[in-house]
Amino acid sequence: MSKESTNGTPTDSEVILGILNNSESVLKRLYVAYFPMVMQLIINNNGDADDAKDIYQEGIIILYNKVKNGDFELSSKLKTYIYSVCRRLWLKRLSQLNRYGGDIKDFEEYLSVDDETEKNNERDIQFNRMGDALNLLGEPCKTIIEDFYIHNRSMKEICENFGYTNADNAKTQKYKCLQRLKKLFFQQT
Amino acid sequence: MNDNELLEQIERYLNGDMTKQERAAFETLRGENAGINEKVIEHKHFTNLIKQYGERLELEKRLDAIHNEIDVEALEDELKIHPSFIVRLWRNHHSKISVAASIAIFSVLVTLFYTGYLSNRDREIQVLSGRLGDLEKKFKNPPNSSHPAPVNPGNYRGTGFAISADGMIATDYHLVRDADSVYVQSFDGKSYKAKVVHIEQDPDVAILQITDPSFKPLAPLPYNFRKGEADMGENVFTLGFPSNAMVLGPGFLTANSGYRGDSTSYQMSIPANPGNSGGPLLDNKGNVIGIVDAKQTNLAGTTFALKADYLLKAIQNIPSDSLNKPLNLNTRNMLAGLSRPQQIKKLQNYVFMIRVYQ
Repeated sequence: MSKESTNGTPTDSEVILGILNNSESVLKRLYVAYFPMVMQLIINNNGDADDAKDIYQEGIIILYNKVKNGDFELSSKLKTYIYSVCRRLWLKRLSQLNRYGGDIKDFEEYLSVDDETEKNNERDIQFNRMGDALNLLGEPCKTIIEDFYIHNRSMKEICENFGYTNADNAKTQKYKCLQRLKKLFFQQT
Repeated sequence: MNDNELLEQIERYLNGDMTKQERAAFETLRGENAGINEKVIEHKHFTNLIKQYGERLELEKRLDAIHNEIDVEALEDELKIHPSFIVRLWRNHHSKISVAASIAIFSVLVTLFYTGYLSNRDREIQVLSGRLGDLEKKFKNPPNSSHPAPVNPGNYRGTGFAISADGMIATDYHLVRDADSVYVQSFDGKSYKAKVVHIEQDPDVAILQITDPSFKPLAPLPYNFRKGEADMGENVFTLGFPSNAMVLGPGFLTANSGYRGDSTSYQMSIPANPGNSGGPLLDNKGNVIGIVDAKQTNLAGTTFALKADYLLKAIQNIPSDSLNKPLNLNTRNMLAGLSRPQQIKKLQNYVFMIRVYQ
C-alpha cells in the first residue's frame, strides 16, 4: 500500500478488503471520503447536519453488512452506490416526516436500490426491539447477557465479575436472564 | 429435564462442546421431538440476533468516533447552496424586518388618525363653500349700492338665511371657520358687517348677527321650521349663491341619512355647487327642513343637508348673553299656498350671500 493511499479516498477494492479484514483505518478513510457528498445532498434537501450523520451512517452500515455477508457485488462505482443508498434512505425519511416536497436536488448519478434499504429496515426493527428488551431486562441480567453472548466472555470470568460463589449459580442466573429476555423481546410488537 | 438443563444442552450442542456420544444422542432426540428441534432453531436464531445487535452497536460506536473527528460545521458552510442575497437577508433578519414593518405601519396609521385623514369626510365630500376665483376678485360693487361694500369680495363665499327679523342668520360652521371678518350681502346687493355669535362644529352650524348700523330689521319671516323628519321623495328646493346671483336649486330627498349613514343629515338630489353651503332647504310648502352642507364628490348630484331639528338645537344652544334680546323663532308659514315663483319672491329677501375674509 503506497503512502498516498493511506490518507486519501480509498479505492473501491481497498474498501471491500478493508471491511472484510476489519481495518479501522480503511473504514475511517471510507467514512471521511464520502461524507461530504451525502451531507451536500441532505442539507440542500430540507435536512440538517444531524440528519446527514444518521442517514450516512445507515448507508455505511448497509454497505458494511453486505460486504461482510459476501453478497456485495461491485457493479458500479462505490461512490455511486453509497450516494444511491443514502438518497433512497433520505427520500424515505422525508416522506415519513411529511417534509418531502416532491422534488429533490441531486448532485451525483444514482441507481435504483429499493430492495436493499427494505431489508435493512427489517433488521433495524429487530435491533431496536432487542435494545429495548435489554434495557427492560435491567441489571445484572443485561451485563451477563452482553458479556456472554456479545463479548464472548467465559462463565468463569462472569462468575468473578459478579462474585457468584460457583459457576452453577451463575449458569442458572444466565438462563433465567435469557428466558426473561426472550419473553420481553417477543412480547413487543 | 427442566428448561435450564435443556438450554444448557442446546448451547453445548450449538457450540460443539458435546462429546460424540452426547451429540449423537441429542441429534436423535432432536429428530424425534419436534418441540426440541424448534427450540434449537429458535435459540440459535435468537443468540445470533443478540450477537449481531452487539456488533451493530460496536460499529455505530466506531462510526461515531470517526464522525466526531470531522469538522461538520465548516463542511456545512462549504456545501450549503447559498441562496441569493435577498433571501439570506430575509432568513437572517426576518424578525427584525417584521418588527420594523409593524412599527412603520403602526406609525402611519397613528399619523393618519391624528391628522384626521381617516375620519375627515372632506376627502370624499366637499363642503359647498366656494373659494373665490380670480375672476370674481374683479367684482365691483353694484352701482346702486348705498353702502360702501368692501372692495375685496372675500376669500370664501357661501349662503345664509335669516332666522329672525332682527338679523340673526344661520349658515355653516365650515364657512366661517378661521374667519377674520364676515359680511352678508342681501339679494338687492346691500352688504352688511356681521359677527359670529355661535358656532357648532358638529353639527356644522354657525349663527351670525348682522351688526351693521345701516341694517334695518326685516319684515316678519314668511317661513317656519318644520318639526319632524321629511320623507324620502319629497320635492325640496334650496336658494343659494353659487355665483354672484341667487340661484334656485330644485330637487327631491333621496335618503333620510347622510354621508355614511349619518342620521343627522338628509341626502338629496339637487344640483348644488360650491357657494350653496349654508342655504336653506325648503319643502314644497316653504317650511325649512334643513341647511345645505356638503356634497359627495364622487357621486354626481348627491348633496347633503343638516336636518332642521339639529339646526334648531344649535339655535337653542346660543348663549343668552350673546343675544341682544330673546330669540323667538317664527312659527307661522306664509308660503304654503303660493306657487314656487311667488314663494321665491318672498324668500329672496331673507337669503344672504356670506362673504368671509381671512
